[in-house]
Amino acid sequence: MTTATGVRETTFRDAYREGIRDALIRDDATFLMGEDVGRYGGCFGVSKGLLEEFGPERVRDTPLSESGFVGAGIGAAMNGMRPIVEVMTVNFSLLALDQIMNNAASMLHMSGGQINVPVVIRMTTGAGRQLAAQHSHSLEGWYAHIPGIRVLAPGTLEDARGMLWTALQDPDPVLIFENGAMYPVSGPLPANAGPVEIDHAAVRRHGEDLSLITYGGSVPRAMLAAETLEEEGISAEVLDLRTLRPLDGAAILGTVARTHRALVVDEGWRSGSLAAEVSARIMEGAFYELEAPVARVCAAEVPIPFAQHLEQAAIPQPETIVAVARGLVRGDG
Amino acid sequence: MTSTLPTGRSGLDQWDGVLLLREMLRIRRFEERCVELYSASKIRGFMHLYIGEEAVATGVMQALRPQDAVVSTYREHGHALARGLDPKAIMAEMYGRVEGCSRGRGGSMHLFDADARFYGGNAIVAGGLPLAVGLALADSLRGRDVVTACFFGEGAVAEGEFHEAMNLAALWSLPVLFCCENNLYAMGTALGRSESQTDLTIKASSYEMSAWAVDGMDVLACADAAREAVELVRGGGGPCFLEFRTYRFRAHSMYDPELYRSKEEVAEWKTRDPLDALARRLREDGLLSDAGRDAMEREVEAEVDEAVAFAEAGTLEPVEDLTRFVYRRDVP
Repeated sequence: MTTATGVRETTFRDAYREGIRDALIRDDATFLMGEDVGRYGGCFGVSKGLLEEFGPERVRDTPLSESGFVGAGIGAAMNGMRPIVEVMTVNFSLLALDQIMNNAASMLHMSGGQINVPVVIRMTTGAGRQLAAQHSHSLEGWYAHIPGIRVLAPGTLEDARGMLWTALQDPDPVLIFENGAMYPVSGPLPANAGPVEIDHAAVRRHGEDLSLITYGGSVPRAMLAAETLEEEGISAEVLDLRTLRPLDGAAILGTVARTHRALVVDEGWRSGSLAAEVSARIMEGAFYELEAPVARVCAAEVPIPFAQHLEQAAIPQPETIVAVARGLVRGDG
Repeated sequence: MTSTLPTGRSGLDQWDGVLLLREMLRIRRFEERCVELYSASKIRGFMHLYIGEEAVATGVMQALRPQDAVVSTYREHGHALARGLDPKAIMAEMYGRVEGCSRGRGGSMHLFDADARFYGGNAIVAGGLPLAVGLALADSLRGRDVVTACFFGEGAVAEGEFHEAMNLAALWSLPVLFCCENNLYAMGTALGRSESQTDLTIKASSYEMSAWAVDGMDVLACADAAREAVELVRGGGGPCFLEFRTYRFRAHSMYDPELYRSKEEVAEWKTRDPLDALARRLREDGLLSDAGRDAMEREVEAEVDEAVAFAEAGTLEPVEDLTRFVYRRDVP
């Protein structure tokens, strides 16, 4: 529904679908491929209706062959197409890791700059839906370890709507991690929302006392935490990383230079996490700006459990963020 | 050991036998020189020789057009040479020089040439098959009259990616020619020790594609089979699978004591050397004189000499350029 001011209420699911539909309309080299993207309408309903509109060649159902169809997307990208490959969840993407790592990420370098791979691979990530230990992990940080790919994590409706087209224009492989728990979440999106840039982090909320540095599904949690903190008289800045590789190092150092305290919120496991990388960069580049050690709120180091109370205890919660932030600012943490 | 298959059905009138011999000789002599250079530490890293298998690449390439695509493995010197990659650029690549066909970033296992539509040089066994499916999918979607030839060894048949790719290619009726080079050993593991079904054409046939075995030691048989298969594929018949029964005369790589096979077995296969077989036939048929053969040897040797000289004179990529080609678009 669009209001007089050109803003409509929409869900992340619909925003993603709009981005895919837009890309299919704009470029006939683009096609969507993956398990149940067609007749089923997408495991999470993201591609509902697209088969009827674009036909089975451009909205292509695949067998359950992650390595096969991800590799096929890479090969098609090497040969002039701009495929969007959907992998149902990040856990399943491990079956295609050979293709992503050994081919997509390495091809340009290994071929001495001759062959680039303009493929986009989308997948759901994150916990919060009681899907247990094989459908709920957040492995973006792993992928962000790999040179040669771009790793995007939309945390807002604008980015859910707009990152795909820009990613498709990119000459390099781009992975987009869509937080599964956010698909039904709705919010306002400008009616004319379109492509967004994919190179920089974004300050989602300005503040003075500390920086909450986060991405993807933790962005709304950090925003909630920042609201609570404001009620307590603590002014929190929220930096949405948006692109996990290459990281926007300047934005990270910039926010720390403003607030002098940093709390990294990351739904990945703490050890060897993206949060660890962000912390290291702050230590390397902004050590003397800090008034307190960098803090982290990450997932507990367990496979994500099924029972709701355990699952929720395993992932970053606004209350935890608030508590750690409070300690960081007041020194009573 | 696999039994030998009948030799090629067609006569030499079907093919330019002298050209085929020259192509095989180019590969043989190039790699023999590579061994010398490896021993002299001019070439380093892993190096996998194609010696003994030259008939397969030589035969298959006869059936391809310039616009067709080739996906290969880490044992790809022969495919690259037969496909027409510049031997100078290949040798420079083995030397790690910037003049190499992958600017020294790939080495022996990752030869690439976008202009020749030669897509590597893939060193993950079976990892190239899904790529071939994708290349062919793009051609199919665009309505291009192009075939993708995908080479892999019989070891790839044990990988899931082999089965995923075979199924996708057949399901979507894609123009892929799957060229399985069955040299009987996946590194040191004999086919019978790794597969419950050692007739690989049965596996391929189960995906509803044409599949047959070819004497991979007979270049005429290889060329015949490739031509027939490519015609099927190009005519919209979907993918095709050829099992070339062949043998590598040398070790798996340069670090292989060959404990897994007997000297007698190797010696027996060497009696079926594809170069010797064709040379004998050309001489018997009066198509190549001893003088002609000598001249061919000299020409091929000159080509190899030139390649080595080019590599020796090659330069090193400046270390400042180490991180080039990680992304085509750098972040502003």
